[in-house]
Amino acid sequence: MGKSIIDKIWEKHVVHREEGKPDLMYIDLHLVHEVTSPQAFSGLRMKNRKVRRPDKTFATVDHNIPTDNRKVINDPVALNQMTTLEKNCLEFGIPLAGLDSPEQGIVHVIGPELGLTQPGMTIVCGDSHTSTHGAFGSIAFGIGTSEVEHVLATQTLWQSKPKTLKLEINGELKKGVTAKDVILYIIAKNGIGFGTGHIIEYCGETIAKMSMEERMTICNMSIEGGAKAGLVSPDETTFAYLQGRKYAPDGAEFAHAVKNWKELVSDSDAQYDKTIQIDAADIAPMVSWGTNPSMTSKVNEQIPKLDECKNELEQKSLSRALEYMGLQEGQKIEDIQIQHVFIGSCTNSRLEDLKQAAEIIRGKKVHPHVRALVVPGSQQVKKQAEADGLDLIFKQAGFEWRESGCSMCLSMNNDIVPNGEHCASTSNRNFEGRQGSGARTHLVSPLMAAAAAIYGHFVDVGALLSAETVH
Amino acid sequence: MSGFKTLQGKAAAMDRANVDTDQIIPKQFLKRIEKTGFGQYLFYDWRFTKEGLPNQEFELNKAENQGASILIANENFGCGSSREHAPWALGDYGFKVIIAPSFADIFHQNCLKNGLLPITLPAETVDYLLQRAKNQPYDLKVDLQNGIIEDEYNFSASFTINEYWKKMLINGWDEIEITLQLETSISNFEEKRFAVQ
Ligand code: SF4
Repeated sequence: MGKSIIDKIWEKHVVHREEGKPDLMYIDLHLVHEVTSPQAFSGLRMKNRKVRRPDKTFATVDHNIPTDNRKVINDPVALNQMTTLEKNCLEFGIPLAGLDSPEQGIVHVIGPELGLTQPGMTIVCGDSHTSTHGAFGSIAFGIGTSEVEHVLATQTLWQSKPKTLKLEINGELKKGVTAKDVILYIIAKNGIGFGTGHIIEYCGETIAKMSMEERMTICNMSIEGGAKAGLVSPDETTFAYLQGRKYAPDGAEFAHAVKNWKELVSDSDAQYDKTIQIDAADIAPMVSWGTNPSMTSKVNEQIPKLDECKNELEQKSLSRALEYMGLQEGQKIEDIQIQHVFIGSCTNSRLEDLKQAAEIIRGKKVHPHVRALVVPGSQQVKKQAEADGLDLIFKQAGFEWRESGCSMCLSMNNDIVPNGEHCASTSNRNFEGRQGSGARTHLVSPLMAAAAAIYGHFVDVGALLSAETVH
Repeated sequence: MSGFKTLQGKAAAMDRANVDTDQIIPKQFLKRIEKTGFGQYLFYDWRFTKEGLPNQEFELNKAENQGASILIANENFGCGSSREHAPWALGDYGFKVIIAPSFADIFHQNCLKNGLLPITLPAETVDYLLQRAKNQPYDLKVDLQNGIIEDEYNFSASFTINEYWKKMLINGWDEIEITLQLETSISNFEEKRFAVQ
């Protein structure tokens, strides 16, 4: 029986296996940030334990840093978390891309960017969107603080092997449809828990044609479908992306690594616990209208009606969500008025995302009722975007151009959506209160967010782009 | 962490699907650097009104649910982020057991590591429990050793939990201590793995 890439990576990392116990798995890369690590380090200190492999650990600050003036941190509690991380890294010898480092950024943006993330690895971080790194053909998943402490102390984790899910996407994407729409469509169609207990392998010709940045967007939101992790087999696109990155192997070592990475690809007769097929042509630009990512529709559709619900539980969730969002059943998505636009987060804050958004915005103005923000994913993304002149396009249109961080994705800093207002956001979660108490989040692609910024409501960016090419 | 074999306690019903970690512990409370003291912020945005007063409509604020140590929830409980602050808050509030038809993976794992027992039961069974616990005081007995839940109305259901986790929960063991006993295996693994590359 053939093996999938998931089986192959898993087997290579089993340190200890015993009947009736989870496997003890070796962890190749441990990423650390300021919010979920302080209790782990104090745990180590209490028991007089060391960090086993500081060389396989890398830290940054991202969740609660300011993105306007990073020299001024008004929130003493946030400041305490940041200085605590600095102290911990110093004490335990862990490399840190701190607030003043040119390598600082959202942990899931800088891992790939620095070449820390590589095919065949097991990667963990105290953050659920660690699934992003699966784009490189690694098993990458989020862990809690106890597990952070466990990895720091032992470089291993006890894990039961998840089931495998093959998600195959074939066909051509329509104009204006991005990787973000693909993953939102998958979650809308299959539900918020479809991946629970599974690792997803995304494959098919649509995925094969995607850039690394697009694959990262897809893998990033695996967790929003409940999956433990999501990955894509490494190929030439992966290798080309990695070559020359700071922590990637170089010279003869790179060639050797590529040879090993190629062996990871799933066998043609590999078995999976579950299979899902998607036709790319069915996908349109998507907009979430509810309070979890599966409450999402195509931009030219309407919000579902209560009597269309499958059961009472679903009906209750729908009416609760509509009440929170201040929307009506059956309302047209294009009629939803927007007061805020956020382009950023580990889902969509890379150079390609910013470029795409800038193309829509070039020469236009942000709608007078809209406040719009661009928050690059990392200092490197910001620098490159500025070298390409993207910052000017955004600023001339009336966008705020910020420093890198998580920002309005979870609003732990000052970037908050006020109570009752609607935000077109390129982030990954639309839970109640995520972007601020009472804030109403709509998950969209960078293209859709950019268009909403100009029009003040949602518009079908596919139609917009087609109209522009006709002119 | 203290372990437990059986638990008799009051059960509170929370009949909502997809209760996410952002609701269990809203992000404004994630900035502490300790593991304790999160109970007061549990379900904060639901539990309190905008003015900071207890929201009488909210399940846990009802008189019959005061002092509950068992939470009966609905499907996909704990979805969302990996924040362990969620089980810390639930535990600190006083919960020891959570019953639901399904749990999100990371949350499930995080519960086990914090002495909180997540029990998965079929949807119909959970439905029965929810109906019983809604609007009236309701007691359950959870026998972790034998995997049985019972009430005073002759209801009984069995549940399974991975033997490894069962042992950890019953004894309140420190997982890192156990792993460190395998130090030689880890070193051997590292030697092999990094020699090949
Ligand atoms: S950008 Fe948002 S989802 Fe990503 S790591 Fe930061 S807070 Fe988490």
